[in-house]
Amino acid sequence: MSGVERIQQVFANLKAKKQAAFMPYHAMGYPTRQRSLEVVQALAESGADLFEIGIPHSDPLADGPVVQAATDAAIRGGTTVADCLAMMGELRAAGVQQPFCAMSYYNPILAYGEERFAQDAAAAGVDGLIVPDLPPGESMKLEPACREAGIATIYFLAPTSTEARIRSVAAHATGFIYMVSVTGITGERSQLPSDLVDFIQRVRRHTSLPLAVGFGIGNRAQAAQVAGIADGVIVGSALVRAAGSADGVAAVRQLGTELAAGAHG
Amino acid sequence: MTQIQKPARVNYRALPDENGRFGPYGGKYVPETLMPALDELEEAYLQARHDPDFMAELGRLQRTYVGRPTALTYARRLSEHLGGAQIYLKREDLAHSGAHKINNALGQALLMKRKMGKTRIVAETGAGQHGVATATAAALLGIECVVYMGTVDMARQQPNVFRMRLLGTEVRGVESGSKTLKDAINEAIRDWVTNVRTTHYLLGSALGPHPYPAMVRDFQSVIGQEALVQMQDGEIGPGRLPDVIVACVGGGSNAIGAFHPFLEYENVRLIGVEAGGHGIESGEHAARFADPELGRLGVLQGTMSYVMQDSDGQIALTHSISAGLDYASVGPEHAWLRDLERAEYTYCTDEQALEGFKALCHLEGIIPALESAHAIGHVLELAPTLPKDQVILVNLSGRGDKDLGTVMSVLGEEL
Repeated sequence: MSGVERIQQVFANLKAKKQAAFMPYHAMGYPTRQRSLEVVQALAESGADLFEIGIPHSDPLADGPVVQAATDAAIRGGTTVADCLAMMGELRAAGVQQPFCAMSYYNPILAYGEERFAQDAAAAGVDGLIVPDLPPGESMKLEPACREAGIATIYFLAPTSTEARIRSVAAHATGFIYMVSVTGITGERSQLPSDLVDFIQRVRRHTSLPLAVGFGIGNRAQAAQVAGIADGVIVGSALVRAAGSADGVAAVRQLGTELAAGAHG
Repeated sequence: MTQIQKPARVNYRALPDENGRFGPYGGKYVPETLMPALDELEEAYLQARHDPDFMAELGRLQRTYVGRPTALTYARRLSEHLGGAQIYLKREDLAHSGAHKINNALGQALLMKRKMGKTRIVAETGAGQHGVATATAAALLGIECVVYMGTVDMARQQPNVFRMRLLGTEVRGVESGSKTLKDAINEAIRDWVTNVRTTHYLLGSALGPHPYPAMVRDFQSVIGQEALVQMQDGEIGPGRLPDVIVACVGGGSNAIGAFHPFLEYENVRLIGVEAGGHGIESGEHAARFADPELGRLGVLQGTMSYVMQDSDGQIALTHSISAGLDYASVGPEHAWLRDLERAEYTYCTDEQALEGFKALCHLEGIIPALESAHAIGHVLELAPTLPKDQVILVNLSGRGDKDLGTVMSVLGEEL
């Protein structure tokens, strides 16, 4: 089964149960290599349906302070692109089954080699790829390389997106569409924006792909609120913050369980 | 004698193409949230360029506020001292607020005010010259302004921080990454993503996603357009075109502004001077083109160009004595002009730049910005190798008041 199909199957199974997907993010190498593996495993056991696996970049311009600090620490700790792929392979070997969507920025992938990255990522168990600074019009090489490797190309839409942009993203995206809840960067918000329902409906008219909402979601109530209107709930900063705390793995397990309950209703 | 076959004539004005590309360079590598803002900016800019009222207002501000045209100065004593080519200086240091940066800042601020329904400006600054220029334009036009600046740069360019605050701009220190220009740009982009509906990002160099490289180049081309006329005027210039134009290249806005109107004059050599820092072999520099190990094709902050990076694609830390040249990437049009062999790029170390700085102070009574001192530093090497009937035009992009602290700490004991 290809990565695209594995992602489709997760969303189809949940839809049959009238549930939204719980999609946690974690940055590989944070707070340490070993601890980041334990964090993903803890989330896999706490109800995660699909993972967003962060491959650190020195200049993460779509990320807020929590993820920036975590990915900086991971790079300082020696985390490389190749090692992130190796870690995903290790997680697969350890029995983690959920789809992995690798998330990084374009330059590390360009430096690795786009075709080589797609092939090595697929071999390591990567099912989808998310690159916030690579909109569809610029993904001339990486998108075909991902297609070839069976990896889903996941693109973003934002509340500012025009009808033309929505059509373009809908035409290029596979797996799901990453809906940015707010104009801004990653990080928890006290309230989700009131125009989120409108935004989701606007996109829904153009595509049957699952719509997963991210940016700003940090607790069970917000996860439940998003689950009521979208197909997936993406949580990053809140979990990364928990992972960096003194008893990181336990904290992640507890928060993950709550968020999963919110998403699954 | 065999005639060397020249390549087919290149139309230098045709680019960027509709996708914002200069050959393989340029493009729009930004989060989706910003795509509509870039489209809107491009549309507003294209409309403004063809709007005689807008261009007339900008021209009037350039004459009555900026002090354009800036002077062309024959550097007689420097030329005699070096004993070779005759050296002329395009005096962007005399522009209001002390550098060429005002050309672009005023252009974009006016564009926002007249053509876009936005009320707030964010900008980044390295040396502080772009920040001061933006704060100046914002004060003149009555626009709310926030400037992001790395805390390392704030420490080495204190006077400019104070200037911006005097002009009513909020300066926000950036503590992330290397705490220099690159990190200030990241923070400015994060602010822009968050407030994009009300805020224009006034990017200060010929960098970033399309349409910035083309728009900034066009606003800065006033430098080359004036120089083209002034050089051919026998009263103030040599009465002919220069043989060589030399300009420093950080992001590359002063250089592209000086070069662009001369691109079709293929006999005019164009030389961009990057920051050689402590020397290429030290790895501590910002010479993107000179170091094949660190400077490779990459994407940073919205554009594809040469980027200083490690083997894993993480952006490398750069070093230059001059904050304005201390940046890991270079404007995409420069990368393209280099591929076409239309422009050449070299570098000047911190030490050579200081020699240029001292020479211009002693021999011409002009205190240059440390950025511009890199161009002079290269001229110290180049001029003696050229015959006396050749002419070099140097774009003196800014004045050095802001650098006195840095220079005093290096040269203090000498003086």
